[in-house]
Amino acid sequence: MIGMLQRLGASTLETAATLGRAVLFLLRVLRGSGELIRRPGLLVHEMYSVGVLTLVIIVVSGLFVGMVLALQGYYTLVDFGAEQSLGVLVALSLTRELGPVVTALLFAGRAGSALTAEIGLMKATEQLAGMEMMAVDPEHRVIAPRLAAAILSLPLLTVIFNVLGVTGAWLVSVNLLGVDGGSFWSQMQSQVSFSDDILNGLIKSVMFGVVAGWIAVFNGYDCRPTSHGVSRATTRTVVVTSLIVLGLDFVLTALMFD
Amino acid sequence: MPTTESEALIDLSGVVFSRGSNRLFNGVDLQVRRGEVVAIMGPSGTGKTTLLRLIGGQLRAAAGRVAVDGQAVDQLSRRDLYRLRRRMGVLFQSGALFTDMTCFENVAFPLREHTDLPETLIRTVVLMKLEAVGLRGARDLYPGELSGGMSRRVSLARALALDPEIILYDEPFAGQDPISMGALMQLIRQLNDALGLTSVVVSHDVDETLRIADRAYVISGGEVIAAGTPEALRHSESRWVDQFLNALPDGPVPFHYPAPPIADDLCGEGR
Amino acid sequence: MDNSRTMEIAVGAFVAAGLAALFVLAMQVSNITAFQRTEGYTVDAYFQNVGGLRERAPVSLSGVQIGRVSAIRLDPDRFEARVELTIRSEYDNLPSDTAARVRTSGLLGEQYVSLQPGGMPDSLGPGDEITLTQSALVLEEIVGQFLYEQSSGDDQ
Repeated sequence: MIGMLQRLGASTLETAATLGRAVLFLLRVLRGSGELIRRPGLLVHEMYSVGVLTLVIIVVSGLFVGMVLALQGYYTLVDFGAEQSLGVLVALSLTRELGPVVTALLFAGRAGSALTAEIGLMKATEQLAGMEMMAVDPEHRVIAPRLAAAILSLPLLTVIFNVLGVTGAWLVSVNLLGVDGGSFWSQMQSQVSFSDDILNGLIKSVMFGVVAGWIAVFNGYDCRPTSHGVSRATTRTVVVTSLIVLGLDFVLTALMFD
Repeated sequence: MPTTESEALIDLSGVVFSRGSNRLFNGVDLQVRRGEVVAIMGPSGTGKTTLLRLIGGQLRAAAGRVAVDGQAVDQLSRRDLYRLRRRMGVLFQSGALFTDMTCFENVAFPLREHTDLPETLIRTVVLMKLEAVGLRGARDLYPGELSGGMSRRVSLARALALDPEIILYDEPFAGQDPISMGALMQLIRQLNDALGLTSVVVSHDVDETLRIADRAYVISGGEVIAAGTPEALRHSESRWVDQFLNALPDGPVPFHYPAPPIADDLCGEGR
Repeated sequence: MDNSRTMEIAVGAFVAAGLAALFVLAMQVSNITAFQRTEGYTVDAYFQNVGGLRERAPVSLSGVQIGRVSAIRLDPDRFEARVELTIRSEYDNLPSDTAARVRTSGLLGEQYVSLQPGGMPDSLGPGDEITLTQSALVLEEIVGQFLYEQSSGDDQ
């Protein structure tokens, strides 16, 4: 019993210490972000590997999520004769919730894990230490571009996801299920507000970008420089990012949509 | 203030450092004068690499003073520390080359980061550095395509890119075939003399290291147990130095890890 | 460095696609858009209560959509809702005594304007007003009316 309490206490302290390290790390990295303006080439390179290469999974997922939403929504709404509201259902679900959250989860799995593995490997092969000894701060040179790329890419990926979701839903609703095209769009356009829904969804995605990017680069930077350490850090990135994104989403939804 | 000719460029006095519960250094005194090649030797696990990290300011000593060119390393601001590091080159055990860049780009990295030299001039400097280590022809290869010895030489070229005053070698001969070892030995000595460098070589390859070093320190158990020229060390009366230098399996450093008598182990509870 | 050029192009395309997606979302999905002009002529209809009628809702005659609601505004003089209907040009022979009603499609569906042709020989032209209108059914009023009739029925 005592042992369990001891372990609980120790792990709590450990978590607090990790959180502290992570915050200090973030502050140092942010301080180094100024260099990015002078050297945009680094940012472009990272946006390619973090953003562009995640496009494929985002596009396909967006399409399918939209199609499934339309399908399932139809079966429920048609009982009430309300199938023209399908457009509203899909658009609001996507822009407010599914777009930011699913994109962030997919991002964590594809780009977040890659970032953690890459940085962890650089740490394990002493490339980061080597850079330090060459008087180049790896937090500015290696980490800052990657974090900035994540924060910039996630909102872009989210809107692309949303557009494809709506497109997929339209394809299924109008062309497959026979919902009236005009009602589909007209109801959607009247119910979906740019400032309340789309903009809020965008704000969410920016915050998720910060969360996903920060967790990914920190886990890579902080991991034990062994192969086991890197693999554990990679899984930790995906798990922790997913949990925090979902929790943060709840908080943001409660704040934004009341 | 900067040191004069006779003063030590690198000066460790009374350095104490622990990793966890393990006390690695218990009052270590070490001096490296300008232009020397100094070897630091000892069994594995005695923290020789840690010494290099202390000199480079990556680690901070719990007590004692680590000074480079008269400046206490652990008291420097981040800016000054980085400025000091630009005067040092470090050769890591694993080479620590950036795996996503070619050899050329690896050597060019410090130049691109710290200078505003035009690309043409950088190219000239990089090729010269690679030529000095004999790998100019390998400039477009990636680190993954190099052998261990070759990647260490490229690492050396990179360490030399900014014309440092000090070079720290971390186990440069570990795991090398005789030819690579010979090449590296020659490079370390010749570059040191030709470029007026000061070199610190951490190694446990006794023969190779003593052949190129001006002086050597032998560290064990957290202390310096012997220091002097290779000649002096070979004639040392210390049993410990004798065991180390002559590769004797048993002596002051025992062969057997501490354990209860074998009879107890086999006939006692084991049955 | 050929590789970095491709990368730059790819990133540029990515950012452009993202911005375009945002634009599409704003225009096509949300209500930021100005009304997309349907080809046709506009007539006005005044309603006491438009209920849940929205702009861009369909206008149909005998169940066939012939136009869209292009604007809904409050007329400050008559204190009625002024609904502007855009009717497709090919349907230019609607009698001038055509009636307009706000109906609901299905039980919970969206509301639309249903036109019922009258019998007058002259047709509605651009800018004309549909004088015969019937407002949307408001549930509360119906229930209230029903209860009232019930209670007054009981009294008798």
